[in-house]
Amino acid sequence: MIDGALIVAMLVAAMRTATPLIFAALGELIVEKAGCVNLGVEGMMLVGAVTGFAVGYTTGNFALAFAVGAIAGAVLSMIYGVLVLHLHVNQYAAGLALTIVGGGASAFWGQAWQGLNMRGMGPLEIPGLSALPTLGDLFSRLDAMVYLALLAAAAIAYVLTRTRLGLIIRAVGENHDSAHALGVSVIGVRYGAIAFGGAMAGIGGAYLSCVMTPLWIEGMTAGRGWIAVALVVFATWRPARLVLGAWLFGLVTIMQLHGQGFGLAVPSQILAMLPYLVTILVLVLISRDATRIRLNAPGSLGKPFQPTA
Amino acid sequence: MPLRLVPRTRPSRLAQYGAPVLALVFTVAFGFVLFLSIGRDPWAALHAYFVAPISSAFGLSELLLTALPLALIGLGLAIGFRANVWNIGAEGQLLLGAIGGGAVALALWGEGVPGTFVLVCLTGALAGMAWAAIPAFLKTRFNANEILTSLMLIYVADHLLSWLVHGALRNPQGFGFPESRLFSPEALMPILWPGTRLHIGWLLLPVAAVAIWFMSRHTLAGYRLRVSGLSPNAAAYAGFSQPQSVWISFLLTGALAGLVGAMEVAGPVGQLLPEISPGYGFAAIIVAFLGRLSPLGVVLAAHLLALILIGGENVQLLGVPIAVAQLFQGVLLVAVLASDVLVRYRIVRIGQLETDEAAA
Amino acid sequence: MSPQPAGSVRLGISGVSKQYPGCLANDNVSFEAGAGEIVALLGENGAGKSTLVKIAYGLVAPDAGRIEIDGHPAALTSPAAARAAGIGVVFQHFSLFDSLTVLENISLGLDTPAARANLADRIREIGTRYGLSVEPDSIVADLSVGERQRVEIVRVLLQDPSILIFDEPTSVLTPQAIEGLFGTLRQLRDEGRAIVFISHKLDEIMSLCDRVTVLRGGRVVGSVPIGETNTKALAQMMIGHEVPDVAQRRDLAGGPVRLAARGLTMSSQNPHAPGLQNVTLEARGGEILGIAGVAGNGQEDLLAALSGERLAATETAIELEGAPVGRLGPGARRKAGMAFVPGERLGRGAVPPMSLSDNGFLTAHWRLPLVRRGVLSARAGAEFADRVIERFQVATRSRATAAQALSGGNLQRFIVGREVLSEPSVLIVAYPTWGVDVAAVAAIHEALIGLRDAGAAIVLMSEDLDELLALSDRIAVLYSGRMSAPLPIADCGKERLGLLMSGATDAEAAGGASHAA
Repeated sequence: MIDGALIVAMLVAAMRTATPLIFAALGELIVEKAGCVNLGVEGMMLVGAVTGFAVGYTTGNFALAFAVGAIAGAVLSMIYGVLVLHLHVNQYAAGLALTIVGGGASAFWGQAWQGLNMRGMGPLEIPGLSALPTLGDLFSRLDAMVYLALLAAAAIAYVLTRTRLGLIIRAVGENHDSAHALGVSVIGVRYGAIAFGGAMAGIGGAYLSCVMTPLWIEGMTAGRGWIAVALVVFATWRPARLVLGAWLFGLVTIMQLHGQGFGLAVPSQILAMLPYLVTILVLVLISRDATRIRLNAPGSLGKPFQPTA
Repeated sequence: MPLRLVPRTRPSRLAQYGAPVLALVFTVAFGFVLFLSIGRDPWAALHAYFVAPISSAFGLSELLLTALPLALIGLGLAIGFRANVWNIGAEGQLLLGAIGGGAVALALWGEGVPGTFVLVCLTGALAGMAWAAIPAFLKTRFNANEILTSLMLIYVADHLLSWLVHGALRNPQGFGFPESRLFSPEALMPILWPGTRLHIGWLLLPVAAVAIWFMSRHTLAGYRLRVSGLSPNAAAYAGFSQPQSVWISFLLTGALAGLVGAMEVAGPVGQLLPEISPGYGFAAIIVAFLGRLSPLGVVLAAHLLALILIGGENVQLLGVPIAVAQLFQGVLLVAVLASDVLVRYRIVRIGQLETDEAAA
Repeated sequence: MSPQPAGSVRLGISGVSKQYPGCLANDNVSFEAGAGEIVALLGENGAGKSTLVKIAYGLVAPDAGRIEIDGHPAALTSPAAARAAGIGVVFQHFSLFDSLTVLENISLGLDTPAARANLADRIREIGTRYGLSVEPDSIVADLSVGERQRVEIVRVLLQDPSILIFDEPTSVLTPQAIEGLFGTLRQLRDEGRAIVFISHKLDEIMSLCDRVTVLRGGRVVGSVPIGETNTKALAQMMIGHEVPDVAQRRDLAGGPVRLAARGLTMSSQNPHAPGLQNVTLEARGGEILGIAGVAGNGQEDLLAALSGERLAATETAIELEGAPVGRLGPGARRKAGMAFVPGERLGRGAVPPMSLSDNGFLTAHWRLPLVRRGVLSARAGAEFADRVIERFQVATRSRATAAQALSGGNLQRFIVGREVLSEPSVLIVAYPTWGVDVAAVAAIHEALIGLRDAGAAIVLMSEDLDELLALSDRIAVLYSGRMSAPLPIADCGKERLGLLMSGATDAEAAGGASHAA
């Protein structure tokens, strides 16, 4: 039996599941718009998750937890920044290194918090919204970060298309040599983008440990950082499509929790594969149109920048 | 004093050998500070980490046993990375090798067929290849990013293994524990060094290293892969197809990783379990870079990484979280990548006139 | 722009030196440009012109020397500082962003909100005043090369610079577009600006400039009013010795058709390029078929289709020695007799970090016995590389030197040598002398002519009309993915080719050219 309450429960779960993906992927979107691919999202999320949890568990202050998670992610991302921007290391390799460092560091320093539980974040009451028929039930169960993620997406879309800062970021990602020739600080813009990406991944991680589960387990991101990277490609570098993609993943992911609800006789492990398989599927669907990718991808994406002095 | 990097016209020999050593020194220094910071005697901890594990014959055999999977996968990855093909999913290919090999071992359980272990290894290699063929196909046919697809397939493989040991391949007499039967003796890798767990699979290492060295240095196929990696446009110009290098890189690494997976379950593990690899597939990425993508370097680097894995277990006895091994791996990879700059660039002061390496 | 009496020095560079690793790019260079004057800066590739421009634009800090603007010392520490000081540069390689609009591109170069106010209107206004019309809302990727140059110039003019530097501005334009540009430059000069015109084309300098300063090997070898010199004297100053003779053309009756494209149609991989539409060409043994055209009209796709890097839709769309090869890749075509010198030397024609020995294998292994049973023969490879180095006088320490360590001219000698010594019956050559020193140009031209005389068919694609006119037996023009019927060299006036390059039909071009003549 599928009833309204179940559907609302599923939608709430899907939107919450999508929230860390939206944060992390929006950060990566800015990094890529500035011309860099940071594959270390998984590591930055883990570091954000463990530091955010530690602070949230100790203080019970969510704002502080997210801030610390963001700072931790940004600090970790600076390793990538130095490797790529100053030492001209291959971007893929540097991102992988970040993933491994982040995984190791979070597991090492997270030992003390392993398996602990904290009280999750309550829903945000928005006067009026929760009084709506049917949907009111949905709105009354969403927490503030779900809304904040959507606000962030809108803000990023605005900054990218409507502001000079966005124009400069796009220019650096499109053609770093031309930007340099115009006197734009390519390295400076990219450091900023990378730090922003790290902070957003950190917030995504902190949401995971402080709100969604809410507990800290080693390696709890389980590939979400990678899915976030895939989402950016899937969204062809557009924030609105990114949000839609994340919700789709959220729905697919909670299938494993609600599979039984539909009376599906599929083993839980097979349902657990779904988000990963769907990621592969959408990557294939989006990548087969090579022209579309070329039209949308930032021109200097992944290329090393070496100003001729 | 402002510094600037100037590209070298040819890589520095000294730096090629010196950079990995420098990275190692940095990692050990990091370890020193780390142990100090958590209130352990750093000298004792470093000794327990890096020296104690290999101070006995058994310890040495364990080092060789742990280095074997790292080296075999690292050899394959190095070929791929040189060709600019990014197979990050060796861990998944390893798991499929374990599943394939394990399935054969269990199918022939108790049948007493001599030499079953050979069949186990071959099936494992084929299964790993088949798993690696998926991202290769998606890359060559649909242009799908191989990093993401191969990585996603790790999680799929992990759940697949979990499903099988919870279901079809579970030990019927195992009281419902998620593990298979113990393999029959004829399915297990024969022991090479009596009294240890080192098995005859180790003999494949020198063979694979030499074969891959020859392939990459002296054959047209190896040359094509190198050109593809250094300059994709030059490869296209010369008529070297990109799909070919993707396929070669993936199938080769997939076969080696699958073989490793089969040898793990038919070797030290002896059965199928939900967890059979302590992240060999990821550690092998570090091995490939630390070994500077050369076969000899990879073999040496594999032993170092093996020490980091074993040492991590050892210092657990001192109450240090085992995650320290992964942290060391990450720091080592960062240090390796960073020190590589010395190989490709000279560091000069801005404004300093440099004429020693005339661009003649 | 501050008003200055005509003739007073606006840009004064004195004693500037710049040392790069292994090369003294500028050696005590002094240079002046006055108000209301167009000064040419003439020099070969590598003479130090670009370095001087970068210094004047604040991109490179000189090791020694001083720069004065309108008589006052200027510290040009960054492009922004140079712009503030009144210097504007139109670079040879446009620093435009393809995916952005004209307006966004121009806005990026303006440093203050005041400078960006009412930008679209001001772009249109400058366009009208100087004959540089561009639509602010177009995406740059959709513009032709000439239009892109206009965007660059408008961008610079918006800041009302008193000193304008044009770096090789004519190398990508049709003869007609060059005339239009010259009109704009004269107008700017007459407003009292100082114009620096950098070029190595002597005719253009003689017809446009008031004075010429010649650079050679990083030093100034002379500065003379244009009325007191001529092209021959300038060429001598630029090169330092007698100009090498261009080899003589030899009239050959058409040999057999060695390479043919028949109705070749293909969409481009670049979403903004026109692709190829029904391209037909025939190259005969013993002839050089020149292909003229402005960049971005399908050149990339035609080269890829001929070389086999992109496959044609049908077998018969391309024929090599009479056999259909449209669906065969570059390797199979090379085995059948083709060779190819690409436009991009480093990173396409050669693998940058690989040795010359290894780079010899790159294409030669398809035609020469350098590989036995899948194993590279190190000895045969070394011998081949040595042969190329010796025959084409590649200046290098040894065959073990990395390709990236060679100068442009030397690397091009090596690449052309490698292709020629693999004894092809068809050679496709793209932009062979772009950015190459004069001695290498002569050697490369000689090699092409030698191969032609040996009976090979050569397809020569170039943006340099002088080069095409000097070497080709027939010339066809590629415009917007379509190929004109080839003209015998006797009928190839610059005017007529220029009209074809701007999209006129054969009949219009013939009529227009004879009318003008």
